Amino acid sequence: MSENPLPLEKENEVYSRKSWWGEVWGRLYLNKMAMAGLAILIILVLAAIFADAIAPFGYDDQNLNETFLRPSLSHLFGTDNFGRDIFSRILYGARISLTVGLFSVSISVVAGGLLGAVSAYYGHMTDNVIMRLVDVFLAIPGILLSISIASALGPGLMNMMIAVGIGSLPTYARVTRAAVLSIKEQEFIEAAVSVGASNFRVILRHILPNCLAPIIVQATLGVASAILVAASMSFIGLGLEPPTPEWGAMLSVGRPFIRDHWHIVTFPGIMIMFTIFALNVFGDGLRDALDPRLKR
Amino acid sequence: MFFEIKDLSIHYSTGGNTFKAVNHIDLSVEKGQTIGLVGETGAGKTSTALGIMNLVPNPPGRIVSGEILLEGKDILKMSKIETRRVRGNRISMIFQDPMTSLNPTITVGEQLSEVIRVHQKASKIEATLKAKEMLETVGISGDRYGEYPHQFSGGMKQRVVISMALACNPELLIADEPTTALDVTIQAQVLELMKKLKNDFDASMLMITHDLGVVAEICDSVAIMYAGEIIEFGSLEDIFDSPSHPYTVLLFGCVPDIDSDVKRLTPIEGLMPDPSRLPEGCHFYPRCPKRIPICAGEAPVNVEIGDGHKVKCFLFGKGAALN
Repeated sequence: MSENPLPLEKENEVYSRKSWWGEVWGRLYLNKMAMAGLAILIILVLAAIFADAIAPFGYDDQNLNETFLRPSLSHLFGTDNFGRDIFSRILYGARISLTVGLFSVSISVVAGGLLGAVSAYYGHMTDNVIMRLVDVFLAIPGILLSISIASALGPGLMNMMIAVGIGSLPTYARVTRAAVLSIKEQEFIEAAVSVGASNFRVILRHILPNCLAPIIVQATLGVASAILVAASMSFIGLGLEPPTPEWGAMLSVGRPFIRDHWHIVTFPGIMIMFTIFALNVFGDGLRDALDPRLKR
Repeated sequence: MFFEIKDLSIHYSTGGNTFKAVNHIDLSVEKGQTIGLVGETGAGKTSTALGIMNLVPNPPGRIVSGEILLEGKDILKMSKIETRRVRGNRISMIFQDPMTSLNPTITVGEQLSEVIRVHQKASKIEATLKAKEMLETVGISGDRYGEYPHQFSGGMKQRVVISMALACNPELLIADEPTTALDVTIQAQVLELMKKLKNDFDASMLMITHDLGVVAEICDSVAIMYAGEIIEFGSLEDIFDSPSHPYTVLLFGCVPDIDSDVKRLTPIEGLMPDPSRLPEGCHFYPRCPKRIPICAGEAPVNVEIGDGHKVKCFLFGKGAALN
């Protein structure tokens, strides 16, 4: 080949070595709303991780002398009907809510993603069988599905995450299938098959990494709805039992006192709202950043 | 005979129509030989190539009949695992468009070492070293192992694709229009490289193209395809010096010649027949300027008009007597 006249350091400047994810981050960084969402999320995650250190009280420390206290300096968000510190309970609740959100979305992304990918890649009978099953699931609204699964499995954190995960699985199967369908027709897939790669290898290594963008976006938005579904389930008593500080359960418990003691329901509600808002804004930003047509 | 295609037919069926893309093709390749498969768009060149790799998308495609013999063993009858061992290892393919035949999410080097690791019992480090060596062979610095396809130019991508195809020392290389997507200056480079590497690696090659210039550059023998059939086959000299089938003659009329001062090129009138309704008799009959009555009713057979020079036309052999 031709001699390279440039010294090596210069060459590094000529060939930008920014990876694809680096570019995505660059575009995401310019989106102020998405960055605000990301900041809220980071604060929430830190709060959840360091709840033990930050929280002034334990989440189930009762003090029957100090029930229904209004927000004050000693109890930032006030106390509830058992005199428990709401601020501490919200911090610990962040742990539960984020775990539920991430874990149940992981269940549905992995299971739904694999179903969708297999279905799209093999096509024909496989596709028909899997997709008709998914259609059956889709016919039932996600939250109803989760509720029925949760009532069959019984209450508890694990069962609730499984229920929420299965409830949103069909959406991921659909999204992945659509993405795989378009990728598998590309020439590099044919090229991969033509060098002797196995089906398993082609799906995992060549197809799925190229489908990540829509799945990631769906998952970010999905965490928000999983938290919401989990909160609603706790609210109607199918999720976690008290005294576990789940935000939805806190809302549910505080409901009878809403007339006289607004702070018991308001703060958990605001936290749910902020979390969902942050996730949605971040998810939207991520979608825009991942879409190459918006490249400037 | 090292590689042989016998009576290969590939049909595509959609919605009740059957498209006869490849019809009863016979072709043989000897060790070290380069054969050009020439024809216009839709002649069935790519289908033939996919058929050889047993990669015809099914459905709608189906290999209706035929044998593809690699050293006497029929590829079409091999088990899935055996086929995978052949693909990329003994027969490999260079695709038409280098822009789309590399995976954008994996680094070039990893894609290259993947091919090596699929077929050879090599450790990750050995494969990496081999991959860098292959990159150097095609004139790309081994330092660029960790870069992504979008950081390469079109010509370099095609070099990478070529190095992938050659990574396991295949015995047969199928090149499906490897230079069509490249500009002319790069075309020459890539062809020169392929020619050199083919000799270095002692491989045979099936060059699929519609460009007679490419054929003249690197082929030993030429097969002219029309409507899914090979209508003329001969050595490079046979085809270029004495083209015999009327279609071949017309094909050369479409290429500018630097020696003669021609104001206009002569295109071939009409279109390739619809492969779902191929005309009876000779498929080229409706467009043929030299047609004779027998062409409409009967399909011509191969006539040997010289040493290894075969033509499927009634103007030669038995038909010529009738004329």
